[in-house]
Amino acid sequence: MSITVKFFASLREQLKSPVSQIDSTGIATVADVWAAAADIPIPDHVLCSVNLDHCTAADPVKDGDEVAFFPPITGG
Amino acid sequence: MPATVLDTPFDPLQALKQHEQTLEAGSVGAAAHFIGTMRNHNEGVSVSSLTLEHYPAMTAKELAKIIDDAHAKWNLIDCLIVHRVGTMTPGDPIVLTAVWSAHRADAFEACRYLMEELKSRAPFWKKETLADGGDRWVEKNTDGYT
Repeated sequence: MSITVKFFASLREQLKSPVSQIDSTGIATVADVWAAAADIPIPDHVLCSVNLDHCTAADPVKDGDEVAFFPPITGG
Repeated sequence: MPATVLDTPFDPLQALKQHEQTLEAGSVGAAAHFIGTMRNHNEGVSVSSLTLEHYPAMTAKELAKIIDDAHAKWNLIDCLIVHRVGTMTPGDPIVLTAVWSAHRADAFEACRYLMEELKSRAPFWKKETLADGGDRWVEKNTDGYT
């Protein structure tokens, strides 16, 4: 009964003790995942994904999902 | 492999030549490509190296979707994306996007589409090491193909 959580780039460096696995009990949305896994309030302009697809913080999550948080994309 | 992420330097022209050998001889009427290379400066500051991080599984999925979307929008024979990750120095190629089609309008537009969508959708992040020894994440992104 868990959700995998990943943080990338500058966002990962901002967190003191990010959690990579959380108990999915009581977790309904991507925003709930952030609250359970990160030690700071969710910053503006954070992007997120569920199971490798872009999403919003209001999107639902379920047991077994992989949720990622990252700053604006700067490749290319 | 229509989209490849490499953690070692690559030669874009060699990659183009290799890929062209996989296409049906005589079928192509237009080829367009874009090569992005690392600059030694950004926003008025000298940059000595660049490190690209990515989210490997999502990058692969997103690059494949971008290519599928391009095929749905234009009449294309084939597409190729090659993108570097890891640490590179000024002059090193960062990205190659290429399109082969029967006619030039499809090739030009689809090549620009691949590049602009990649910059707004594929999860890569750049960290610059500056000439003075400091470092900083690149924060500016783009809106995608318009």
